[in-house]
Amino acid sequence: MIWETVIGLETHVQLSTKTKLFSRASTAFGESPNTNVNLIDCGLPGVLPSVNKEAFYKAIRFGMAVEAQINQTSIFDRKNYFYADLPKGYQITQMDLPIVLGGSIEIAIDNSVKTINITRAHLEEDAGKSIHDQFDGYSAIDLNRAGTPLLEIVSEPEISNAKEAVAYMKVMHQLVTYLDVSDGNMAQGSLRCDANVSIRKKGDSELGTRTEIKNINSFKFIEKAINYEIKRQIKILENGKKVVQETRLYDSAKDETRPMRSKEFANDYRYFPEPDLLPVVISDQEMQDIKDNFPELPKDKEARYEKDFKLSSYDSKILASSKSMADFFEDAAKKTKNFSLLSNWMIGEISAFLNKEAIEINESQLIPNNIAMLINRIDDQTISGKIGKSIFEEMCSTGESPDQIIESQGLRQLSDDGEIEKLIDAVIEDHSKQVAAYLDGKEKLFGFFVGQVMKLTEGKANPETVNKILKEKLKK
Amino acid sequence: MSIQFKSIVELRAMLDKKSISTPELTQESLRLAKKYKELNCFVTMNEEMGPKKASAIELDKKTTSLISGIPLAQKDLFSTEGLRTTCSSKILENFIPPYTATAVEKLEDAGSITIGKTNMDEFAMGSSNETSYFGNVHNPWKKGYVPGGSSGGSAAAVAAGIVPAATGTDTGGSIRQPAAHCGITGLKPTYGRISRWGMIAFASSLDQAGPLARTAEDCAILLNEMAGHDLKDTTSLDVKVPDYRENIEKPINQLKIGIIKEFNLSELDSEVQSRFQDSKDLYEKLGAEFVEVSLPNISASVPTYYSIAPAECSSNLSRFDGVRFGHRAENTEDLNDLYIKSRSEGFGDEVKRRILIGTYALSAGYYDAYYKKAQQVRRLIKNDFDNVFETVDLLMTPTSPNTAFAFGSKGAQNPVELYLEDLFTISSNLAGLPAISIPHGQINSLPVGLQLIGNFLREDQLLNAAHVFQENSDFHLMQPTMENFL
Repeated sequence: MIWETVIGLETHVQLSTKTKLFSRASTAFGESPNTNVNLIDCGLPGVLPSVNKEAFYKAIRFGMAVEAQINQTSIFDRKNYFYADLPKGYQITQMDLPIVLGGSIEIAIDNSVKTINITRAHLEEDAGKSIHDQFDGYSAIDLNRAGTPLLEIVSEPEISNAKEAVAYMKVMHQLVTYLDVSDGNMAQGSLRCDANVSIRKKGDSELGTRTEIKNINSFKFIEKAINYEIKRQIKILENGKKVVQETRLYDSAKDETRPMRSKEFANDYRYFPEPDLLPVVISDQEMQDIKDNFPELPKDKEARYEKDFKLSSYDSKILASSKSMADFFEDAAKKTKNFSLLSNWMIGEISAFLNKEAIEINESQLIPNNIAMLINRIDDQTISGKIGKSIFEEMCSTGESPDQIIESQGLRQLSDDGEIEKLIDAVIEDHSKQVAAYLDGKEKLFGFFVGQVMKLTEGKANPETVNKILKEKLKK
Repeated sequence: MSIQFKSIVELRAMLDKKSISTPELTQESLRLAKKYKELNCFVTMNEEMGPKKASAIELDKKTTSLISGIPLAQKDLFSTEGLRTTCSSKILENFIPPYTATAVEKLEDAGSITIGKTNMDEFAMGSSNETSYFGNVHNPWKKGYVPGGSSGGSAAAVAAGIVPAATGTDTGGSIRQPAAHCGITGLKPTYGRISRWGMIAFASSLDQAGPLARTAEDCAILLNEMAGHDLKDTTSLDVKVPDYRENIEKPINQLKIGIIKEFNLSELDSEVQSRFQDSKDLYEKLGAEFVEVSLPNISASVPTYYSIAPAECSSNLSRFDGVRFGHRAENTEDLNDLYIKSRSEGFGDEVKRRILIGTYALSAGYYDAYYKKAQQVRRLIKNDFDNVFETVDLLMTPTSPNTAFAFGSKGAQNPVELYLEDLFTISSNLAGLPAISIPHGQINSLPVGLQLIGNFLREDQLLNAAHVFQENSDFHLMQPTMENFL
């Protein structure tokens, strides 16, 4: 039997507004429990929500970027259920009239491009957090996150495997960070997804029974969780059994999914329009303002890099693929003229270092000024490229500037012709056998002489100067 | 000099003439509340902060508001900082809020003194004040009779002359019906005229705060302070607040009043009919013109209301879960058990009944038939009102089909019997329109109320018509003897 997988993703994007969706409390991450909480967030009797328009502007920016329909009048609904970290006993969300309807994104799969359609994207408030392991015999509630604005983006069930799901999420990450609608920090939960996975016989038109894997928050886990779930469902079907529609949780430690709650225990959310809020109306002027201040998207950036920095389209694409890399590159480019060298370093050494450490550039010790300085020192031949690499390693661990490292470790390149000539003379004198062999036609030995000069200068001699003088001397 | 049964206008004159000081007035009001403790119209007295505020107001010469120094009572549904706020429910028995409702804050900022929080139907669900966790409130006109509800404590406190006025809230008649049963004046303003911030919600799309007082003029004075846009309530109307007292004396000889055909007044108690006819005659004598109008969908008001209000209530009351505030059951097994026990112990029967009705009306498979259908009918009712207000200025109905009744005599077997108490008042909540109840006589020594319904934001017209009526009658001046409460 040939099976086919159908996946739809619900992506939760935490919007990077300063304050919450319905209150003026801060959305800052990592504060002491229950400090970013006001009367509204803890659902005291008699309080009322007021809408934070900034969240709408960010949602609309996303909608425009995916060429969706924007509902300039949208309404909030209540989703009713009881949970200890849901202060009001309902979540304010958008059901019938979401802010964003339709749209699509493109993902690159094995050198081809696939379009994934978006069903809708709606605004809603996040819940708080329950903590079960800190107080003996009690659960604790932290409401700092309660009321934080989320944009829930629902895809059509058009994703065919885990790899595509990861590619989709990577595009989402790129998009939301580029649009400045979210910091996209997956570890902190700013970007997470629920995956609806089902299996059917290849060629069937009807969808199989789906399960929903909740709250996956890394690219790696998305791939693993979906692959586990696909295998699990195929095994059930091949044994002639039926998949149970249920909500499942991915346990990364055990690399498995397991049931949270099945459909029989599913809540009836009793959605109805939120009577405490009027429909939110976005004016034509507001729409125009959003368009006029639209951030540059990756494709525009690529074109600009090719034109302004004379970079190859390949390099431009890599630099523009991540908002944080692109921002870093542009900041550094303001302080140096050798854009191609800067680009090479960004794509080479710097990317390798970040990959190894598995961090984003803005989480590292590196700052644009220092990288520009490093490029400039190589460019003006104060140091060689090779010394540059060791200085870079030092920068990564200490955060010191290249000039500080060059001075403190005396790494300045030796470019004085006279001095280098003296050293070369000494090397030639000490290695007369090799000189004879070289002159006899064993030209490979040239590198040996360069190496000897470098050894004497601890690598600081300017390689070009060494080459030039050495060639002249060995002709004679 | 006694302050009992005095209006705000009269007390203002006494204060201005210095025949009484603000602290004396507050003490006197507190003393009367104690004297008539048996009425049970207060849940909590403000004995500490009230007199302190009165002393501060006495020294503060800057406050020029008409209600500066005037003692008021607040329905125990308005959040009051540092002063227990219970909604007459066990679930909030010990709840002391950290903030004050906008409506109360505005009254207090204008210099009034809150002397206490008044008893009410639990979470404003009821028409007789009999659902209160803190016991029944007596009607000052007859012991053992209900004051009406849900703002029964506020109505009784004003009728007994303890305070000249009190705040109330009206979701389906909860200001007007108790005002009628207690022989005082009660105004439900246009939905959104007064901020709902700090009003503990029963049904968000219907709830509206308003004043209960001895006269229409006093209601105008209070509305002047309470009304206005509030950034904290985005459903409050961003419309300028006029001076409601300015044109209150205006002659009403241009006034056109509609009588609603569908209410079949001829089927009512003959005494209620004859009071209504007398008032109609008086208005005609004063120059008003009457026409019969038709609101074809108004007969659907009660079922429409009892789908929408419980639906919203079932969601609004979810926050009372024993987790963050309010009553929490002891010895619970797990989170679900905590919810079930806390809510079962904390809520009374009528509240539970409405939560169940509302949960049902919103459930998958029933939403379209109940909640959605009710919202559609609500729109039709509103359209009916829009149509008639193209031809008339006001509508006139009895406030209630009958006078106050004895404790336990209604609704014990069939709750729907009590729901019909709201027959005449409910439709203006569904349409969001302002309405006022004024006393217009008595039947067997119990007051009868007359309701006037106005067009959107035309509280000025309502108050004008009510005030002119009161200038030409003395029903609002009648006082209960109170001898059975000593």
